Amino acid sequence: MDGEIAALPAERGPSAQAVTLTINGEPRPLRIEPRVSLLDALREHLGLTGSKKGCDQGTCGACTVWVDGRRALACLTLAVTCEGHEVTTIEGLSAGGELHPMQAAFIDKDAFQCGYCTPGQIMSAVALLDEGHAADDGQIREWMSGNICRCAAYPNIRAAIRAVRDAAGGE
Amino acid sequence: MIGKPLRRVEDLPLLLGTGRFAADISLPGQAHLRVVRSPVPHGMLRGVDGRKALSMPGVIGVWSAADLDLGPIGFRMVAFPGMLPYRQPVLAAERVRYVGEPVAIVLADDPYRAEDAADLVELDIESLPPVLDQLQEPAQFDDQNDTEALLHEDGYGDVGAAFAAAPHVVELTVTVGRHTGVPLECRGALADYRPGAGTLDFYGAAKVPHQNRLLLAGLLGLPPQLVVLREAHVGGGFGVRGEVYPEDVLVCWASRLLGRPVKWIEDRNEHLLAANHSRDQVHRIRAAVLADGYITAIDDEFWLDQGAYVRTHAAAVPTLTASMLPGPYQIPAYRVRGHVRLTNKTPAGTYRAPGRYEGTFARERLIDAVASSLGKPAMEIRLSNFISPDQMPYARPMSALGTDLEYDSGDYALLVGKAQARFGLAELEHGLAARRALGEAVGMGCAFFVEKSGLGPYEAVRISVDQSGHIDIITGAGSMGQGFETVITQICAQELGVRPETIRVLHGQTDQIEHAMGAFASRLTVMAGSATLIAAQALREKALAAAARMLEASPRDLELSDGAVRVAGDPDTGISLAQISEALRPDQAARWGLEPSLTADGWHTTDHMCYPYGLHIAVVRVDAGTGQVIAERLLVAYDVGRAVNPMLVEGQIVGGAAQGLGGALLEEFRYDDAGHPQCTTFMDYLLPTRAEMPPVDVLITEDAPSPRNPLGVKGAGEGGTTAMGAAIAAAIDAALGVPLGVKELPVHPEAALRLAKAARRESTSEPGGA
Ligand code: FES
Ligand code: FES
Repeated sequence: MDGEIAALPAERGPSAQAVTLTINGEPRPLRIEPRVSLLDALREHLGLTGSKKGCDQGTCGACTVWVDGRRALACLTLAVTCEGHEVTTIEGLSAGGELHPMQAAFIDKDAFQCGYCTPGQIMSAVALLDEGHAADDGQIREWMSGNICRCAAYPNIRAAIRAVRDAAGGE
Repeated sequence: MIGKPLRRVEDLPLLLGTGRFAADISLPGQAHLRVVRSPVPHGMLRGVDGRKALSMPGVIGVWSAADLDLGPIGFRMVAFPGMLPYRQPVLAAERVRYVGEPVAIVLADDPYRAEDAADLVELDIESLPPVLDQLQEPAQFDDQNDTEALLHEDGYGDVGAAFAAAPHVVELTVTVGRHTGVPLECRGALADYRPGAGTLDFYGAAKVPHQNRLLLAGLLGLPPQLVVLREAHVGGGFGVRGEVYPEDVLVCWASRLLGRPVKWIEDRNEHLLAANHSRDQVHRIRAAVLADGYITAIDDEFWLDQGAYVRTHAAAVPTLTASMLPGPYQIPAYRVRGHVRLTNKTPAGTYRAPGRYEGTFARERLIDAVASSLGKPAMEIRLSNFISPDQMPYARPMSALGTDLEYDSGDYALLVGKAQARFGLAELEHGLAARRALGEAVGMGCAFFVEKSGLGPYEAVRISVDQSGHIDIITGAGSMGQGFETVITQICAQELGVRPETIRVLHGQTDQIEHAMGAFASRLTVMAGSATLIAAQALREKALAAAARMLEASPRDLELSDGAVRVAGDPDTGISLAQISEALRPDQAARWGLEPSLTADGWHTTDHMCYPYGLHIAVVRVDAGTGQVIAERLLVAYDVGRAVNPMLVEGQIVGGAAQGLGGALLEEFRYDDAGHPQCTTFMDYLLPTRAEMPPVDVLITEDAPSPRNPLGVKGAGEGGTTAMGAAIAAAIDAALGVPLGVKELPVHPEAALRLAKAARRESTSEPGGA
């Protein structure tokens, strides 16, 4: 998972800057300080509260989003570094009100309890399939290891990933 | 509908990212609160200087204890007057007692700025030596009190005589480390005091909103009806969330002071320092045993590290530890002494299976010790000491959470037999023995336990049907994300013969219903579930009475099914619940002599708890090189009386088992010698991840329904956790071939390596020994 703290563009100062982020396909202009994380930009400045904060330290995966289709921890990514990149959040996953197959599988397999880790788990799980990292249980274990679930719905999350993988493979 | 694995009704917002957790809620004009916390474990607070912070842009103000006119935070549960001096002040005044204790607050127009400014508040603290060990003799707490907040003594029978007469006495000392719930969502609170109206709305409530309303209203001097607590989505509770903490009081106080909304969102570092810790008990336990393995008495003394203050749970954990320790066994005589000792650590409270995880560890290790000293299998000792089904209901002359301790029903040996058959324990052990013979350190361990659930005294539910036939179920009991709404929906749908999609469950809003207890102690399905059934029955009666007028028939000839009332045997006469609701206008209802609205209330009250029980089995492997203990499989057999939704029961048990495993192998709040916490991030406080989570097989049985509620249910929230520590300990012993090797949880790799070394020494120096 991409988790490094992105370097600050040198020319920017500490005060609020105008930035335009592309979130779920839409340009979203905003004014933020360079130190604002992508997670806080989404949640506090753009009203997209679907991505969750479980630690703000890159250790739980609750904030997982995609930047240019690749998984990223939004709490460790500075929002200003996302200019010119496509950010996708849980809100952008179910286009047109249709549940994404992974969301449907999460219901079917009872893959969560409190649901707090769920947006991050789903963003990770969908990316996992795209990355080709869900071939077997060992891979799922390894490549989903950054997403903690305190309710420990792990076996059912794995079942949901398997179900989506197998359905896609069978087509 | 009841007994079916209905898919959860509460899922959709959580999947779409439209859930509303505390941090997701904002109000116009809100200010952000940041808490300034003590950086030292113990000291005299000489001064708080907020001048630098005040000069920062966006800062609204800095306040400390001297500005507050609030008393300490009171108790919600089992309390003894002697514990009053140990309550936590909202902000530390003269003394700080743990790292993380709130000392001052900063309010700003932005959370980043509040945090920056809080760093600039200067604290003048004169350090004092900390107390860090509950076994140390009590020290001075303040001028009048020492650090032993409570010595809880209980028991029954002639323990002295039993020990004097016993051919065998088995004794050991065991420890359960300091760990806690750690929900993935940190805490959060948003208070909105409206000047003029004089009302206070509080978002981010959980678990026990009605009780917390009383506590908060009392502290703030407001009438309870003007204080409204609102539960949002809750990202896990586990006993920790939803108590009244200093931060909850502070947002309310600040909102009233400023006349604007005030929001506080905890960060992870704060959570690990500020939310209740739990466990951390040392037990010195002994048993008087007859030659055949029958235990005639248990004598236990334990020391609980309460941390720096006694919080809302007061004596709940020590009293539960004491009363539930004898568990499934007869134990004709029992004596227990529990020392609740204050130290300079984060205060402790309840965590999933409070007191039972610790007490079960002590008792089941004792059973293993008895077995090894008599050279018998531990399961044989268990079976010969079990309370038998014909002794039920079984009263132990003690009390638990203010109720008489009387087990309602159970057939413990039957569950053991079923588990052995279903899980194939004999073959499993056979396979492990073969692996051991090849040099692998693998083993299986078992532990049996009794849980308690369904604590009274009451829970209330109101059901109302609107003119479209949509049904609202209102309860004050909270949801912690455990599938509560689904369970309540199932019970109501079954009784009224309606589709689950027509039902919505509203919970945890104090202005919607007058009375509620809340979501703790595995009580929801028992209490709110029973109240739902009772309310649905009343609603059915009312629908039949109104339909009788509409159809000009006798209510006796009518039946309710598929959401409509019909004359029995005449399918063409159906009147829908929607039509009945419409017809029950106040004027028409008055003509019919009925109360208006298709609405009914239901209450379930009880003086007793229900007692589910279970068997935990763990299979572990110890890595000879690193000492790492790998759980290969966990098996749980649990009698839940009756499972309203087996899928959800299983989810609860698997989640509980993972937390039991965390406490056995990974999770521990460590402090250095100076009292500084060492585990303040997820890098140091290790939660079970996918990597540590083994497959969990669950056997749910319904052999002992509870006679104490109309559904026959018992709670399932904690039964995955209770004996997992004890089972894993026994499995490690078996893997290493050291009887009673594990006396301390969590078992770190170094400890496992030490045990392995001891085992090797033992086998080389005393062939055939042990
Ligand atoms: S909030 Fe980003 S990893 Fe935890
Ligand atoms: S469902 Fe609660 S943390 Fe994963």
